[in-house]
Amino acid sequence: MRATIKAAVLAAAACASPLWAQEAAPAVPAKGSTADHTKFDILKQSFVSGPDVTKACLTCHTEASDQMMGTLHWTWDYENPATGQYLGKKNVINAFCGNVASNEARCTSCHVGYGWTDARAAPPTDPTRVDCLVCHAAPGMYEKVDNLAGLPAVVPLPEGAMTITGKLAVPLSLSKAAMSVGEPQRENCGQCHFYGGGGDNVKHGDLSSALIDPPKEVDVHMASDGLNFTCETCHISNRHKVAGSRYNVNAHDEGDTGLPGQRRDVATCESCHTDAPHAATLIGMKLNDHTDRVACQTCHIPAFARGGVATKTMWDWSTAGKLKEGKPYHESGFTQSDGKELHTYLSTKGDFAWGEDVVPHYAWFDGQVEYTLSDQTIDPTGVVEINRLLGGPDDGVSRIWPFKRMEGRQAYDKGFNKLIYSNVYGPETDTAFWTNFDWGRAIEAGMKYAGSDYSGEYGFVDTYMYWPITHMVAPKGDALKCDSCHTKDGRMAALAGVYVPGSGKPFGGRVGIALFALVALGVAVHGGLRLVAGRGGRHHG
Amino acid sequence: MAERLVMVYSRFNRIWHWSQAVSIFLLLFSGARIMGLHGAMPFGLAVTVHTGVALALVLLWVVVIFWLLTTGTWKQFIPTIAGLGEVARFYAWGVFKGEEHPYRKRLGRRLNPLQAIAYFALKAVLIPAIWVTGLVYLVHGFWSHLDPGDFWLWLVANLHILTGFAIASFVVVHVYLLTIGHSFREHVRPMINGFEKIDLTPEQEAYLEANEPERLHRELRNGP
Repeated sequence: MRATIKAAVLAAAACASPLWAQEAAPAVPAKGSTADHTKFDILKQSFVSGPDVTKACLTCHTEASDQMMGTLHWTWDYENPATGQYLGKKNVINAFCGNVASNEARCTSCHVGYGWTDARAAPPTDPTRVDCLVCHAAPGMYEKVDNLAGLPAVVPLPEGAMTITGKLAVPLSLSKAAMSVGEPQRENCGQCHFYGGGGDNVKHGDLSSALIDPPKEVDVHMASDGLNFTCETCHISNRHKVAGSRYNVNAHDEGDTGLPGQRRDVATCESCHTDAPHAATLIGMKLNDHTDRVACQTCHIPAFARGGVATKTMWDWSTAGKLKEGKPYHESGFTQSDGKELHTYLSTKGDFAWGEDVVPHYAWFDGQVEYTLSDQTIDPTGVVEINRLLGGPDDGVSRIWPFKRMEGRQAYDKGFNKLIYSNVYGPETDTAFWTNFDWGRAIEAGMKYAGSDYSGEYGFVDTYMYWPITHMVAPKGDALKCDSCHTKDGRMAALAGVYVPGSGKPFGGRVGIALFALVALGVAVHGGLRLVAGRGGRHHG
Repeated sequence: MAERLVMVYSRFNRIWHWSQAVSIFLLLFSGARIMGLHGAMPFGLAVTVHTGVALALVLLWVVVIFWLLTTGTWKQFIPTIAGLGEVARFYAWGVFKGEEHPYRKRLGRRLNPLQAIAYFALKAVLIPAIWVTGLVYLVHGFWSHLDPGDFWLWLVANLHILTGFAIASFVVVHVYLLTIGHSFREHVRPMINGFEKIDLTPEQEAYLEANEPERLHRELRNGP
């Protein structure tokens, strides 16, 4: 009853209008669009829910939902054609919050739909359950709540509701949001992709709110005083399918750059820059020789988590659950360059480490990533790789790429030696870890929910998880210099199968030095003997 | 026989020698940087210098080969064992006793047998080896797709470096040998003004006096 009253009050307040979070929608928001959505009568109504809006969208954009429902953004389910593994957020286990199953309402708050509450099954099939606004509403016109399985911030809004970008949720006018639509802007993509893993730049390292309005030093393509790219400039879309995948990376662009409007399927550097982008100077030609072994990103993204937003570099779940006087607590031991204090301990999540301007981990990579799924046996005595980067120096296609190597320590099934599903989210359950701080119950519930056998015994294992670094391309003046790698203990020092001049004395060099030393010694002895002979080898008169 | 100061190193010969000397120094210095022996210049600059100078030297050598062949100068470098024993004995023994160098330079044969062998080895083995390995190394981009794992690149680079050190060793011995004899300056002078002390037969002397008087040094008629 109280909740209903509160909702009614909120609704009344909301209708009084100044409380709307949004500004008025800009007229003809989409550049070059032939439609001004503020003029569509069907959008001038008081929508009460997301699906209401989608229903209106579909009256004109008849195929949009069907298109969306065939994409990875919708299914979170992906069969890797190269490895045969079933991947996608629905299936994989990661080094962050672990798994979607049993944590849905929180995790699926970033699903491009409304109300996917059981990730064991496919998302709902009703076309009106697709969320058009999350991608198309103008920045600031629309927000999803962080624990309502994708529902937006509309009345009735639970007290203290937060948005998926970590702000206090304010009720929205869906009508205004609908009238603001256009091509996706950085803010649209960013609200999920920048905030994955529970906060700004937590997951990727190269995708953060710094990209909303970055200076050239942070992103040479996206700087507003430069090329001013949006995400979609590279991640071009065709029938709502967006180019670019982390599971099956187009590490190389095998085709040509294509004429305008021709190619709609690639999002690589080479797609625009070709594989010989450097000037025809001596050094430029030498740099072009590198492109078959070294990915563009390796030199042109000298560090990730630039622009003042740190990324989480280590997450130790094993220390989670400590309480002070029976209550969860936090510690903030990392100060970001903008002065913001970041958590280094949370009772709910354990210990963290953060980094800014992080030097990447480098590895050979052919674009394929193989995951350690819940049905695979792990070796808990070593560091378990949550995902493995495929490729090597000898296959003729792999190149050296930069990665964020996330260090983790997370729960595993000690009896069966496999990674586990855990139920961390669920404010009203007696199993969720974040509510009850009991690993035993949280894991048992997660495993049961996911339908995975559980031995009943858990432990913690060290993990690595690799995230390809490809965003935040620096201006060319900030690219790595030759000496970054062509030196002793340079950036490629740990890599086999690549000859890096200057990184150490090669065999021929050691033999050469020995030869040179012998000759020099011979000359010195010869000269010394001449001096000892007292004549310096000079003739008498 | 008369010992005369005769022009034997033509202007082109001297320009070749000194530009090659400077080039080799630059190549050794920048090459050592690329290999990681010192850090006196940035890697990229070293690569630019090394490549630029090497290409210029290759061009010079193309001209030099043409010159060697057309002027017959190549014959100077034909190796011989005649008199080799005496020269070797001199460097191993006689030089410590203050003996005179046994070789008398002749017109058309200014190199002693040991020099001829050394220069022949330089020209026939070391220079081609450094060229071939260097050019193959330089155009790595054209064949790297055939060499996954970089084994052949490693081999080519190592042979190139090894040859580089062999040439550096040659330079050390070459310079050291200039200290043997009357004086270092006297050894260097012919490569500056072109005049070298040569034993001329009366016929050669008469021929030069009559037909190429500018090849005989007037002031130093009888040598210093």
